[in-house]
Amino acid sequence: MSAAILRVEGLSVAFGGGRASEVVSDLSYTLARGETLAIVGESGSGKSVSSLALLGLLPQPHGRVTAGHAWFEERDLLAASQQELMRIRGDRITMIFQEPMTSLNPVLTVGRQLTEGLIEHRRISQREADARAIEMLDLVGLGQAKRRLTQYPHELSGGMRQRVMIAMALTTDPAVLIADEPTTALDVTVQAQILDLMRALKARFDASIILITHDMGVVAEMADRVVVMHRGRKVEERPVREIFAAPEQAYTRQLLDAVPILGSLSEQDAPPRVVAAPDTTPTAAPATVLEVADLDKRFAGGGGWFGKADLGVVAMQDVGFALRSSETLALVGESGSGKSTTGRAVLRLLEVDRGEIRLDGIDLRRLGRQGLRRARREMQMIFQDPYASLNPRLSAGRLVAEPMVIHDIARGTELDDRVAELFRRVGLETEHIRRFPHEFSGGQRQRICIARALGVGPKLIVADEPTSALDVSVQAQVLELLLELQQTLGLAYLFISHDMAVVEQMSHRVAVMYAGRIVELGPRRAVLGDPRHPYTRALLAAVPIPDPSRVRGQLPKIDLERMPRGPLVEVAANHLVAA
Amino acid sequence: MASSVDIASAAAAAGHRQGFWHALLRSPSGVAGLAIVVLLVASAAFAALIAPYDPLQMGAGPRLQPPSAQYLFGTDDFGRDLFSRVVYGARLTLQIGLIAVGISLTSGLLLGLVGGYAGGWTERLLMRGVDVLFSFTEIVIALACIAILGIGLTNAMIAVGIASIPFYARLTHSVVLVEKSKPYFESALSAGAGHLRLIFVHLLPNVVPTLIVFGTLGISTAVLAAAGLSFLGLGAQPPEPEWGFMLASSRDLISRAPWMMIFPGCAIAITVLGFNLLGDGVREVLDPRQRRD
Repeated sequence: MSAAILRVEGLSVAFGGGRASEVVSDLSYTLARGETLAIVGESGSGKSVSSLALLGLLPQPHGRVTAGHAWFEERDLLAASQQELMRIRGDRITMIFQEPMTSLNPVLTVGRQLTEGLIEHRRISQREADARAIEMLDLVGLGQAKRRLTQYPHELSGGMRQRVMIAMALTTDPAVLIADEPTTALDVTVQAQILDLMRALKARFDASIILITHDMGVVAEMADRVVVMHRGRKVEERPVREIFAAPEQAYTRQLLDAVPILGSLSEQDAPPRVVAAPDTTPTAAPATVLEVADLDKRFAGGGGWFGKADLGVVAMQDVGFALRSSETLALVGESGSGKSTTGRAVLRLLEVDRGEIRLDGIDLRRLGRQGLRRARREMQMIFQDPYASLNPRLSAGRLVAEPMVIHDIARGTELDDRVAELFRRVGLETEHIRRFPHEFSGGQRQRICIARALGVGPKLIVADEPTSALDVSVQAQVLELLLELQQTLGLAYLFISHDMAVVEQMSHRVAVMYAGRIVELGPRRAVLGDPRHPYTRALLAAVPIPDPSRVRGQLPKIDLERMPRGPLVEVAANHLVAA
Repeated sequence: MASSVDIASAAAAAGHRQGFWHALLRSPSGVAGLAIVVLLVASAAFAALIAPYDPLQMGAGPRLQPPSAQYLFGTDDFGRDLFSRVVYGARLTLQIGLIAVGISLTSGLLLGLVGGYAGGWTERLLMRGVDVLFSFTEIVIALACIAILGIGLTNAMIAVGIASIPFYARLTHSVVLVEKSKPYFESALSAGAGHLRLIFVHLLPNVVPTLIVFGTLGISTAVLAAAGLSFLGLGAQPPEPEWGFMLASSRDLISRAPWMMIFPGCAIAITVLGFNLLGDGVREVLDPRQRRD
């Protein structure tokens, strides 16, 4: 490590005028040449804001820097004029954003966007810029670089777009690269590729990286040093190994403890017990709650009126599984694998083309309107986004009461009592019954959703990524609540998730989905500990491990075209794999 | 995770939480618009106290008097006091605005809600029908309505109301489609909610704020359209003190008595401005794109 290339001293940022609230207070750190510094923290910790402030990109008109210096190449970035900053931004300091879908301009070609900065900053000709762009696209591993220049962003996948973003950020050979959650929006296998790429390119370009993330796995894999932020202040700053091995501050320890680590339960069959096991062993074997067989769903393509109708996209094919009470079946897979479609199909929020869905032996697909309404008492759903899944115009109390009102379970004071009881049950304060959703935090909102689902006394809960919008510490609490409810009420969970570590914490059995099919299904311990399908192996190998002393191995190369897709064959007791 | 956005919006959202009126009073255009509208409502409500003469009384003064201390806005060709007529005209104007927008808003809301919620053939039928109406200029539809209903101020209000139904239907429809795709709607559906509950408990309250914004802006359009109809002689009939009609009757005397045109004209302009400003202010407070809850 040589001298510091960026030195931030006493940076403070505030939002709003008058009674201004400080969101970053007195933050100082240095960034050495060739170093990756991770700034980690939960939402609202000021980790993104502090970096945006360096480039004069604070959201206007509310955000402003109230104190501090940021020394970069003998200049104070915080005192620089907009014009000076414009020369530095996109040239000496570049950024990669979280959303590759929205940070590329959809109406300009990739080539245009790649060369724009070069021509602007370096005053070179279009031809020279094109040559450089092609070279960069090769470097970031996008094949057919020349053709890519003429393509538009919508013609590329999410991972490819993030590669373009990285190429864009590196074309000008910057001294500092600020990556704000660069892989959060990507699937885990793509994330692993992008992280590998960033590491390789950093060495080649000798750039320094400021990596802003909430994901401890990514930190462990990428960072040299770590700055932990909490409520706008720096809590701790140390080399990555030290911080993971022996965090000094209580907050850092809490943060690390809350992160689920894949493999930590590899010796156990079931999720951890959070309530004491009943003294007597249950007499009857757990009943089968849900049986799903041969589900097919094809989303219609365009066309039909004029021209040939498109065959559409296969969302589910031959999907089948069973779920008993007190059991959690995890559906895992990447975006577009059909796991959410399956969850919604089970609740008949979506009509399938073929197959059977039996709840307590009754085929839901044969039920009429009234029958289905009655059946919905037995099955409830918890959604991914607790912000969007609560009607903003109803109070928390009314939201929780609603399913009970619909099914006429309780009225008047009895209803009020039940709502209060549910609030206590999920760890919310009963004084907050009259509040509206926006007055709660993300974790509290997810508790409201859980309380709402519990009101009608369901047997089955479909939980679609219930914690992926939450901070890790909140995630840990919500997962524990879900476990506790299952172990006391005997609920069956269909748990949809992309996060393998969370799946390990929560599930008894796992179904891995790929391209609309279940490719591996079995006991959690067997599937995660002894994966048989190449896709499952690739998925597990790509998960970043929040432990800097463990090096993730090479990503296995998988041939998606020739991957076995079915039918399922039993390879061990209850462990089925697509042949 | 997007902490910067969260915090930036916190300031904007803070306004939303302090209640509608508080937030409205912090927006400059909202305050200006509200002031004008309050003035308008006051002059309509207390017209009898404010106006020095009976607006219909001919010969209240000499004919065609220029503005003076006695006749603030002058007098018209029948010797009626223009100030009194303009003040009383506020009543008619408010009536026109509210009734016309009321008609178009409720019908449009109903069409858009039903169409957007039902989907399928119902939606196609309703929305294509609306599209057909949409392809005519509003004034053409209004004229057609007048042709059917007959001339008169009430009919003009109805005509203006009917003419802008397609706009509100389309607007509601698009908002309903957006709200329908949000998880809260699906979660109500999965809880077993029936049609009425889905429409009136879940969709309606989330559609109304947008409609209030456009309804407020729409009042000014309606006032203008009705004034236009009256100017053409299809709306208000003599001797009603309607501003558009007053403008029309000043036409022949424009060089001799310009005040006959200036004051009703200004009244219309200020009213339109007031509702537009108020609409902008309301939008700042209620616009779903700026709402963060």
